[in-house]
Amino acid sequence: MLKGLAAIGCFGTALLCSTPAWVQDLPVIKSTTVELPAGDALFPGGSSAEAINNNCLACHSPDMVLNQPPLPKAAWEAVVHKMINVYKAPIGEADVPAIVSYLVKTKGKD
Amino acid sequence: MRNDKEDALSQSLRNLHPVRSAATQRPSRRTVLQNIGIAGLSLAVSPAFADEMVKLPFASGPRERPITHAFPQKGDMILQRVRPPLLETPLDVFDRGVFTPNDQFYVRWHWAEIPNSVDVNAFRLAVRGHVDRTLSLSITDILRDLPRVELAAVNQCSGNSRGFFSPRVPGAQWANGAMGNAKWAGVRLKDVLDRAGVKAGAVQVRFKGLDEPVVPEAPTFRKSLAIDHARDGEVMIAYAMNGEQLPLLNGFPLRLIVPGWYSTYWIKMLSDIEVLDKPDDNYWMTVAYTIPDTPHASIAPGQSGVKMVPINRMVPRSFFTNITDGASFTAGTRVPLRGIAFGGDTGVAKVEFSSDGGKSWQPARLGDDFGKYGFRQWQTDVALADKGDHALMVRCTNSAGEVQPDTPNWNGSGFMRNVIETVQVKAV
Ligand code: HEC
Repeated sequence: MLKGLAAIGCFGTALLCSTPAWVQDLPVIKSTTVELPAGDALFPGGSSAEAINNNCLACHSPDMVLNQPPLPKAAWEAVVHKMINVYKAPIGEADVPAIVSYLVKTKGKD
Repeated sequence: MRNDKEDALSQSLRNLHPVRSAATQRPSRRTVLQNIGIAGLSLAVSPAFADEMVKLPFASGPRERPITHAFPQKGDMILQRVRPPLLETPLDVFDRGVFTPNDQFYVRWHWAEIPNSVDVNAFRLAVRGHVDRTLSLSITDILRDLPRVELAAVNQCSGNSRGFFSPRVPGAQWANGAMGNAKWAGVRLKDVLDRAGVKAGAVQVRFKGLDEPVVPEAPTFRKSLAIDHARDGEVMIAYAMNGEQLPLLNGFPLRLIVPGWYSTYWIKMLSDIEVLDKPDDNYWMTVAYTIPDTPHASIAPGQSGVKMVPINRMVPRSFFTNITDGASFTAGTRVPLRGIAFGGDTGVAKVEFSSDGGKSWQPARLGDDFGKYGFRQWQTDVALADKGDHALMVRCTNSAGEVQPDTPNWNGSGFMRNVIETVQVKAV
C-alpha cells in the first residue's frame, strides 16, 4: 500500500493541485486537553534530603537526578552550579554543601 | 554540513509529494505487520504492563525503570522522568514495523511549563523578524492555503543511547529508544517563509514552541537553522504524524521537521518563527547541544580546549530488534534475525551482519524503502554451529559511503553515539 504512494495522486503535478482538492481532504485537527502526571514525588532520605527537596524540585521531578549514574563529587558540584548559573535555580550558596553531600552519599563515585 | 545537497534537492521531489488524503496513506498497523514477513519466532522482550519494571543494559546502575502508561495519548513507555516528561520507546516496538506508533513514540521536553490544552481555533503561528510581512497563521490558514507535503523521517534525540557512554555522563539516561520514525504531513517551511518574504541579509531562522521555563529569567528553549537550510524545501511544519494529529506530548498542534538532523531542532508546539539578520547567540545554540568539532564528535574523557560547534546532521545506525543480550539458540538451527537501520542525513546503502564478532560480514536483506530519511528494515538468518558464546553484530553504511564505527565515540554530553551494535548470544 505504501509502496504505491508515488503512483497515487499528484506526484509530479504536485504544485498544480488546485486548492479545492486540498480543502476536501483536510485532516481533522481537534482541540486537545490532557492531564499530565504531577511528578510531585520527593527525594528519599527524610531529613538528610531536606536541602535537595527544598531546592531541586521546582523544574524537574527527582527521577531526573535519581536515574543519573554514580558521579564523582566534582561532577555533582558542577551539576549544582550549572542549575544555579545556567538554569537560574534560586538556590542559596549556603544550601549547596548539604545538596552536594546528599548527592555524593546517595549517588557518589570515587 | 549538507554534503549531498544536490542529491537532497532532487530527492526532495520524490519524498515530498503532496498527497490528497491522509486516509489513503497511512501505514496501518496491519500493513506494517504484513510487511515484516517473518512470523514464527519472536525473541523480543515480552509486552509490558503498567507495574512492570524494565532493566536497561547499562554498565552501571541504576538500571531499573518503570513501564508507565500514565501519560495522555501514550501507551506503555519506559519512564525516564515524570516532569517534564522523558518517555522512552521500548525496543520491541521497533520490531513491529518501520513506523513507530504515535502512542509509543518517545517524548522529550526540557522545561516543565507545557500547555496541557491547545485550542485549535485560537492557536496562531507567528512569522516575524527580518521579513517583509509579519504573519499570524491559524491552523486553518496552514491547512487550507499551503500545499501539503509528506515525508517519512527518523526523529532521534542527540543523546539517544547516552546511558551506554563509558565513562558515563550526566543527562537523560536513555537506552536506544529515544528515536522513532513517522510519516509526517504538513507544509514546507519554505512556503511559509516565502509568504512572509524573507529580506536580503537574513542569516538564520529561529524557532520557539509554547513551552516556557519554570523560572522566568532562565533561557527559553529556542533553536535556529541557517537560512538556506530553512529554505531547502525539505524542512517542514507538520500537523500530522502517521496520518493523525500529533499527540500533545509530541508537539501538537505543529512541529518542525528537520529531516536528517537531530531532534533538538524539531521544535514541538511550534508557535514562533523569527528570521534573524545575525547569528543566534542563545544558550541552546551556543552552549547546550554543541559537539566537539572532531571525527564522530569524539574526544578523550577529560580533554579540553576543543572547538565546539552546534550538533547537526545524524549519522548511520542499525539495531537488532528481535533479539537482546543473553538470547539463546539451538546450535545448528536457522534463526531469523531482523532489525532496523537508518542512514542519518541520507539513505541506507547497505546493512551487513556478522556472526563472528566482526571478522567477516554478510549483506542483510533490506525491506521496503519509504524514503531516505526513514527507518529501513533489514533481515537475515543465521545458524550457529558451535555451542557457546557468540557476538552478533550489525552495521549500516549510508548512501554517502559513511559506515558505523567499530569503536564508541565519547564526549561530555553523551551525543551522537553510533558505534556498531553487538548482541551477545549463546548457542546451546
Ligand atoms: C530553575 C530550574 C531548575 C532547578 C531548580 C534545578 N534544575 Fe536541574 N535541570 C534543569 C534543566 C532545564 C535541566 C536540563 C533539562 C533537560 O535536559 O531535560 C536540568 C538537568 C539536570 C540534570 C541532568 C544533567 C544536565 O546537566 O542536564 C541533573 C542531574 C539535574 N538537573 C540536577 C539538579 C539538582 C541536583 C538540582 C538542585 C540543586 C536541580 N537540578 C535544580 C533545571 C533546573
